[in-house]
Amino acid sequence: MGLCTVAAGDTFDATSPAQVRLISQQQYANTVAYVFGPSVNVAAHFAPFRRVEGLLANGASVAGVTAGQMQEFQRTAESLADQVVGPEYRDFLVPCKPARADAADKDCATQFIGAVGRLLHRRPLDPALRAHFVRQAGDGATELGDFYRGLAVALEGMLVSPGMLFIVDRTEPDPDRPGQRRLDGYSIASRLSFFLWNAAPDDELLQAAERGELHDAQGRARAVERMLASTRLETGLRAFFDDMLAFDELAILAKDPGIYPAFTGVTIADSREQTLRTIVDHLVTQDRDYRDLFTTRETFISPALGILDGVSAPPGWTRYEMPADSPRVGLLTQVSFLAGHAHPGRSSPTLRGKALRELLLCQVVPRPPPDVDFSLFEDPASALQTARERLNAHQANPICAGCHKVTDPIGLALEHFDGAGQYRDNERGAPIDASGVLDGKQFADAAGLGEVLRDNPALTSCLVKRLYSYGVGGPARKADEKTLLPQLRERFAAEGYRVPQLMREIALSPAFSAVDEPAAAQTASVGGRP
Amino acid sequence: MSTKGTRKLERWSRRRVLRGMLGGGAVTIGLPLLNCFLNESGTAYASGNELPLRFGTWFWGLGMASQVFVPKKVGAGFDLPEEIAVLEGVRDDINVFTNFNAFRDSSPNLCHYTGWVVMRTGQAPANGDDRPGETLDVTIARTLSRTSRFRTLTATATGDVRTSYSYENANSPNVAEPSPVNFYQRVFGQGYQDPNAPTFTPDPEIMVRKSVLSGVLDETRALMGAVGADDRARLEQYFTSLRDLERQFERQLTKPEPIASCRPVTPPAEDPKNGIDSDTVAERHRMLTDLMVMALACDQTRVFNMAYSAAFASTIKAGYEKPHHTTTHEEAVDQGLGYQPVASWFTRQAMEGWAYFVDAFRKVPEGGGTLLDNTLILATTDCAWARVHSLDGIPFFTAGRAGGRVKTGLHVDGAASTAARAGYTALKVCGVDMNAWGTKSNGTSREIGEILA
Repeated sequence: MGLCTVAAGDTFDATSPAQVRLISQQQYANTVAYVFGPSVNVAAHFAPFRRVEGLLANGASVAGVTAGQMQEFQRTAESLADQVVGPEYRDFLVPCKPARADAADKDCATQFIGAVGRLLHRRPLDPALRAHFVRQAGDGATELGDFYRGLAVALEGMLVSPGMLFIVDRTEPDPDRPGQRRLDGYSIASRLSFFLWNAAPDDELLQAAERGELHDAQGRARAVERMLASTRLETGLRAFFDDMLAFDELAILAKDPGIYPAFTGVTIADSREQTLRTIVDHLVTQDRDYRDLFTTRETFISPALGILDGVSAPPGWTRYEMPADSPRVGLLTQVSFLAGHAHPGRSSPTLRGKALRELLLCQVVPRPPPDVDFSLFEDPASALQTARERLNAHQANPICAGCHKVTDPIGLALEHFDGAGQYRDNERGAPIDASGVLDGKQFADAAGLGEVLRDNPALTSCLVKRLYSYGVGGPARKADEKTLLPQLRERFAAEGYRVPQLMREIALSPAFSAVDEPAAAQTASVGGRP
Repeated sequence: MSTKGTRKLERWSRRRVLRGMLGGGAVTIGLPLLNCFLNESGTAYASGNELPLRFGTWFWGLGMASQVFVPKKVGAGFDLPEEIAVLEGVRDDINVFTNFNAFRDSSPNLCHYTGWVVMRTGQAPANGDDRPGETLDVTIARTLSRTSRFRTLTATATGDVRTSYSYENANSPNVAEPSPVNFYQRVFGQGYQDPNAPTFTPDPEIMVRKSVLSGVLDETRALMGAVGADDRARLEQYFTSLRDLERQFERQLTKPEPIASCRPVTPPAEDPKNGIDSDTVAERHRMLTDLMVMALACDQTRVFNMAYSAAFASTIKAGYEKPHHTTTHEEAVDQGLGYQPVASWFTRQAMEGWAYFVDAFRKVPEGGGTLLDNTLILATTDCAWARVHSLDGIPFFTAGRAGGRVKTGLHVDGAASTAARAGYTALKVCGVDMNAWGTKSNGTSREIGEILA
């Protein structure tokens, strides 16, 4: 356990930048579900973030709000406010009853706005702002002759305000580092909560912040342990891997139904769910080694996925162990990876190899050159039957070979799976050679690729880098590569590559709360990037 | 329209109708509307306000095959080679531009990226992470869409919200709406004020909702003063967007001017199925187009963007294993035809979409002509020959006469000048006062004079 990670004298003395992050649609929805319950419908269409340094989450710290996006925020807020104070839910969600339903009631409005505002804005509302919302609720109730309509207007205002939409790292002087600053308690609470649960802090975490406990090593450790033990950790872990594995691309994935008739929209949704279920079960439920995700035969199956393998699965999800002779072993042979990184009508060793390098090893595969004529080796009339034969032709071209030699040898290992992720013996009648090499390590087939990937040091260093930047809300910096990330890697290894333990290490590290901006840059208690 | 209703309406004078509307409170007017809401010549609303000028973009991915795309004849009466033969019905309403170049200068040729960024911003990006700055539609919206409900409306037939070629700044694309159902809800659902509604009762809640924003604006101001420069710029943009929201609330308190060309819109029953097979893309494009033209006719916005396909278009041809982008690189040139037949098939599909788009504007009567007469559409792509990502000879079109400012029915040879002249011309036509636009070799202060009326 890492309860002593923030003890005095720890060599873990890095800092992280203060960020201003735009809330994501999922974070917004998770927060609203916590505050108002899961029955409230969040009909949101927020703009997706740009992927920065491998994560959409990093794009949140640079994303702007266009006029069109603002309208979406407002439409979502209006719909939510209508539901929360509407007749169906008001008795459950408004903690008091007004003296008269057709008039203002300052006390009741103050109670609702204070409580809800604190949860939505992740800190108590500034008194002037709270007074504004209470006044608006009162004016609205008087003008409209309806207490609840007035309350709806105030709630709508709270939902479109920067306190809700921007996750702002607010800072304060750091008594342990004179002249330097640290996140204030509420900002630590937000970082922790969005990191571990992908949602705003709950009441208990805000109380810990109010009591100043999150600056205390033992206090923060208690809070982190509670969060790691919560079922909400699953939500947080899913959000991280959904981002890291670029599963947002699955939302627009399409296959040619004429070529892959068994592959439907349900297949796509189930493939995403299968991988996330496998990850959560492996990492959280069984608390196993991250690397073994790439060699495990344990997974879950649904009817739509079963069809691809000729397996009859009962409705819903069933725990399933791939037979010993099954070619499916580990995440790389799951449909989400195979179909997600392939063309609509055929496989793509290049796309699969590129995805493995970029998503799992944090490496960058250069863009293809602009002026290469691929048709020389893609002519269907040619004698090149298999992808390997066609891609070998690339190797003969020195301009192509530079990049293709880093993608194709690993992507070709998955050629027993077609563009829909279905197993095949041959390609156009020609046998498939799935052997290859990854960073000098030879393998014979997809299972072998999983084995060498499992033991590739870049696999775990990549996860550390991604998880750390996800936690602190921005890309790791060069300085982090020298000290902080190597230390985290060592601890990850020492703890048997347990991801919840790595999350604990990151959450408890001083860098999680110590910001590196000089105090002079601050004109108020709000952080900005240096 | 019944004969009885027509006779009744014909007896209404413009003055009588307007007097009723100005009486305040809930007002009932007759439907359907006739040209009594236009001035005598049909060029302006009865209030004297000119029919609005609209500007928009249309995008198709992966260029063309010049052998079967570029007309031989320059000027009026140009021929329509087979790849654009489908434009026959709209030839007199469009212009075709060829032999213009997107210059990259010292920057690399970023595949399927440099070309469209030059067309929309006048600047070649330095690298793949160099996101576009403000695109010309956003610049134009500040002039044309000041008073409309939406600054811009952006939609895409690809099913992917990210298929947008409109940026407020590098970190703020105008996300595209891929769903006709959502698009309808956004424009014609809650908050829509039918300009021709028989009654108008200002909603008292709107004033209250506008009022609550004042505290939010104050909160934002306080925050802006306390963050670093990059984040302050982001909060300033958010602040501006809040003000825009405030302005929209104000707008809803005012009776909109009746618009004869604005017709009731039937909500789409459901979205096309997911997917990017060519039939689905075409269907999605038609549905979004029909909504877009009515959004313009009803003056919900004056600036719009539509993408038929993406720069890296992955549109599928049923039964063909390679999507569009892959096809352009891997399909052999048919020696008999002289081009890549399947790649050309994809381009022809896009041109069919372009013809539909232009025609949809032409079908909406407005004033003495059509919506197209008061619109300028700039249709651009990302390269000339996608197979090698060539930027020389990048083609584009315009459609519409921009309220009489632009001539149509012409094929213009750019004589290897910068394609950024298209954007500069559009900016000038739309009343944006700029002496020049673009940078380095794409910098220009030369309009495409051939099309100016």
